[in-house]
Amino acid sequence: MRIIRFILKKEFLQIFRNKAMIPIIFFMPLAQLLILSNAATYEIKNIKFSVVDLDQSKFSRELISKFTSTGYFILTENSYSVSEAEDGFKKNTSKLIIHIPPDFEKDYRKFGTAKVQAIINGEDGAAAGIINNYTTNIVQQFAKGVETEWTGVSGTEKNPRININYSNWFNSELDYKTYMVPGILVALVSMIGLFLAGMNIVKEKEIGTIEQLNVTPIKKSQFIIGKLLPFWIIGIFELAFGTTLGFFIFNVPMLGSPFLILLLAGIYLLVILGMGLFISTFTNTQQQAMFIAWFFMVIFMLMGGIFTPVESMPDWAQTVTFFNPISHFSRAMRMVMLKGSGFYDVLNTIYILSGYAFVMLTFAIFRYKKVEG
Amino acid sequence: MLYGVDGGEIMVNENIIYAENLTKKFGNFTAVNSISFSVKKGEIYGFLGANGAGKTTAIRMLCGLSTPTSGKATVAGFDVYKQTENIKKNIGYMSQKFSLYEDLTVNENINFYGGIYGLTDKEIKEKTEYLLDILKIEDAKNKLIKSLPLGWKQKLAFSISIIHNPKIVFLDEPTGGVDPVTRRQFWNMIYEAAASGVTVFVTTHYMDEAEYCNRVSIMAEGVIAALDTPGNLKEKYKVNTMHEVFVKIAR
Amino acid sequence: MNRFKGFLIKEFYHIFRDFRTLLILFGMPVAQILLFGFAITNEIKDVKIAILDEAKDNVTREISDKLLSSGYFILYDNLKSVKDIEPEFRKGIIKEVIIFEPNFSQNLYKTGNANVQLIADASEPNLANMIVGYTSSILMDYQKEIAKSNNTNPSINTEVKMRFNPNLKSVFMFVPGLMAVILLLVSALMTSISITKEKEMGTMEVLLVSPLKPFQIIVGKVIPYLLLAFVNAFVILGLAQFVFGMPIVGNTILLILESTLFVIVSLSLGILISTLSNNQQTAMMASLGGLMLPTIILSGYIFPIENMPYVLQLLSNIVPARWFITIIKGIMLKGSNFSYIMKETFVLIGMALFLILLSIKKFKTRLE
Repeated sequence: MRIIRFILKKEFLQIFRNKAMIPIIFFMPLAQLLILSNAATYEIKNIKFSVVDLDQSKFSRELISKFTSTGYFILTENSYSVSEAEDGFKKNTSKLIIHIPPDFEKDYRKFGTAKVQAIINGEDGAAAGIINNYTTNIVQQFAKGVETEWTGVSGTEKNPRININYSNWFNSELDYKTYMVPGILVALVSMIGLFLAGMNIVKEKEIGTIEQLNVTPIKKSQFIIGKLLPFWIIGIFELAFGTTLGFFIFNVPMLGSPFLILLLAGIYLLVILGMGLFISTFTNTQQQAMFIAWFFMVIFMLMGGIFTPVESMPDWAQTVTFFNPISHFSRAMRMVMLKGSGFYDVLNTIYILSGYAFVMLTFAIFRYKKVEG
Repeated sequence: MLYGVDGGEIMVNENIIYAENLTKKFGNFTAVNSISFSVKKGEIYGFLGANGAGKTTAIRMLCGLSTPTSGKATVAGFDVYKQTENIKKNIGYMSQKFSLYEDLTVNENINFYGGIYGLTDKEIKEKTEYLLDILKIEDAKNKLIKSLPLGWKQKLAFSISIIHNPKIVFLDEPTGGVDPVTRRQFWNMIYEAAASGVTVFVTTHYMDEAEYCNRVSIMAEGVIAALDTPGNLKEKYKVNTMHEVFVKIAR
Repeated sequence: MNRFKGFLIKEFYHIFRDFRTLLILFGMPVAQILLFGFAITNEIKDVKIAILDEAKDNVTREISDKLLSSGYFILYDNLKSVKDIEPEFRKGIIKEVIIFEPNFSQNLYKTGNANVQLIADASEPNLANMIVGYTSSILMDYQKEIAKSNNTNPSINTEVKMRFNPNLKSVFMFVPGLMAVILLLVSALMTSISITKEKEMGTMEVLLVSPLKPFQIIVGKVIPYLLLAFVNAFVILGLAQFVFGMPIVGNTILLILESTLFVIVSLSLGILISTLSNNQQTAMMASLGGLMLPTIILSGYIFPIENMPYVLQLLSNIVPARWFITIIKGIMLKGSNFSYIMKETFVLIGMALFLILLSIKKFKTRLE
């Protein structure tokens, strides 16, 4: 126990004496958290669109103003032909073309139906889908609005209408930051934990100081605890600090128990550090350790449900996600913070993460030998 | 065999290190080929040989850093196969690559190693004052190791390696790269340690340092080619310096 | 020139003799592209939902069937009362609750208006939006279907055409971004270590006392990695085309040239980082920790730039990946020729020059 105290003292001294490390461990993640959380959003607004109005009637103009009055759409161009308008797609000056055919108003008055063509820039599939939704909705609303005014045909039976009411729970403003901040925070802390822990041990291997330790009566367990504990402490601190920042600056709610979050965080960090330790047992240079850690980090992050939903992935990928600690932890964090989920709701996650930590650490400890064979 | 309190064999004939047909193979390559020797308590034993002769591999086996392929060896009465942790409690070690943490201060290094070897806080404090005084580095106690000249580093490293008064201290090429005056000072420290009862097992490729040892063995290509006092060896080969002895043997 | 060649050859040897690292340098980007290309999408399917059917009549059953057979949704639970909703959400399994009011079909056909409430778990806002969108459109479809059997209403129909990506495959959006992110990270990582390693080992000083000029040292360090990264880019483009079916509507040669340019920018970034770092650890942490998230988030890879706060849009201008993604999408999806991507190309060229010059300057001052 006492020996661990000495090892910890040495580790902390070494970490904090490295002048470059302090900004990297503390300022960089927090700065990124503050800045990037503002960027992460799927909201679509300021949709630039152009119009090819071959009817030029009051009717068509009303339709167009329905678009601009929503505030989501910005009219950038009036073109004479579709091909001219499509140039705007190439130049990235518009994402949508509303093509109104000639006789638009006439046809509607006469036959009760008319057609509008919406050409959407499909580059960004998700955005295109949303623009599609918006566009068809607006046209529908326009149609509803002009129904009685324009047809002048009375006596048509009204069609049954399904009215849809929407409500969003746990994030009524649909504030994306609320969703992103926990995710980004987890990603940042994981990066720091994984890289530092992994590289730290490999560094001693590379330099040769590990021999000096192997020759002392330090027990394997003491050595490992001494190597991991500092980063565990730093990780917990960062998570706590980052969560507090999220609460005050981004208004990320904290409906559930902070202690539950701490518990989850503690176990999660063990998984990450265990991975770092494990990587260090089969690499010889810091470079290799870094690359391998990076490889897994990118996979965990991109497939962890932080940026894109896990539900969107193909089945095999969702199975793989089961082994991704980030996805479990960030989901549990969101559940507790945004929905107030309790201990039993996240019990599954606790089991999984604990199991993971146990396996990782056991493997790593087993592989680390003070004596070469 | 007689067994001691910790379960280790009590040294017979005061041999604090005993090796019999000690061998280490790495795949097809035999680094240490069935060497046998013994070191008496309190000796300064020189383990000589050219670079690549197998010295470092042998020393690592004795320190419990590497398991032998075959053969027998005990260090401080403990078996190198099964009782490595006990060995480590009783030895000190100073490696050629490094010993001290460059990014920690003198004080912090002493403090760390003292703690690791189980000294109480009081003992650490006393030892620190003592070391700083006799090494005359009082002023440098809060300086980072990397800012010290090489000679100071090595003397400090040696002192720290025996901070816990071990029975044996293993020195692996301790004087590489320093000037002759500093080497002489270093060896004075070794003499003092030996006088206080510490057995010194030192490897070196400086043949003149062999003169300072009680007995030496010379390794060449994995085997021990000679083992005796420096005096006897010089007589046997009819030369005046250990350097010449070595040249004769290495041929 | 000979000295330089000798130096260059030594650099090549360093790299190619380290087989493990080589494996990582080539294998990993490929593995990642394959993995992400298939796994990362924005489309939804099999989302678990719960239904609170207070009417339990034919119509609600028909609507539920329609929803559940769409492939988008899976019924996880039938709720009995409104009180069940919140705990159900807390469990974290369902993403949406659909509530049909009592006497649904009666209301629909007698009074012409019936109400459905969609409650979405907006803790994942993007998903919530999509789910609600899909649910609504299925409901609207149903409404249209029953409308057909009655008299027609006056209506305006929208015909929708999707350009460049008719099936709205999100792969088309993600693969260019993926390429940019992976190329950037691998290149920056490779070179950032290269110089600091020499510094740590002490061999840097040997180089410096040699007659090689600083810029020769830097360029010499970049070239082998340039070749490596170039091969990587090539492989990735090939994968994009043949495995993911991304078209290359535009000029392939232009694409390769632009990719090379981007690689140069990334490598230079790595070099700059390494001239500023004293040891490998710092270099690696700075390049990975400092580049990964900003590149993923600010480059337009996942989140559209034009929706970000203005300050961040400005910030995204210094992310090289942002310009490259525009270029790739332009060439691959839209068949843009050079005149359309001139601006972006010049930005990248400018960045490369800036980074290299700055590196050389820093390198010189570090030596003193």
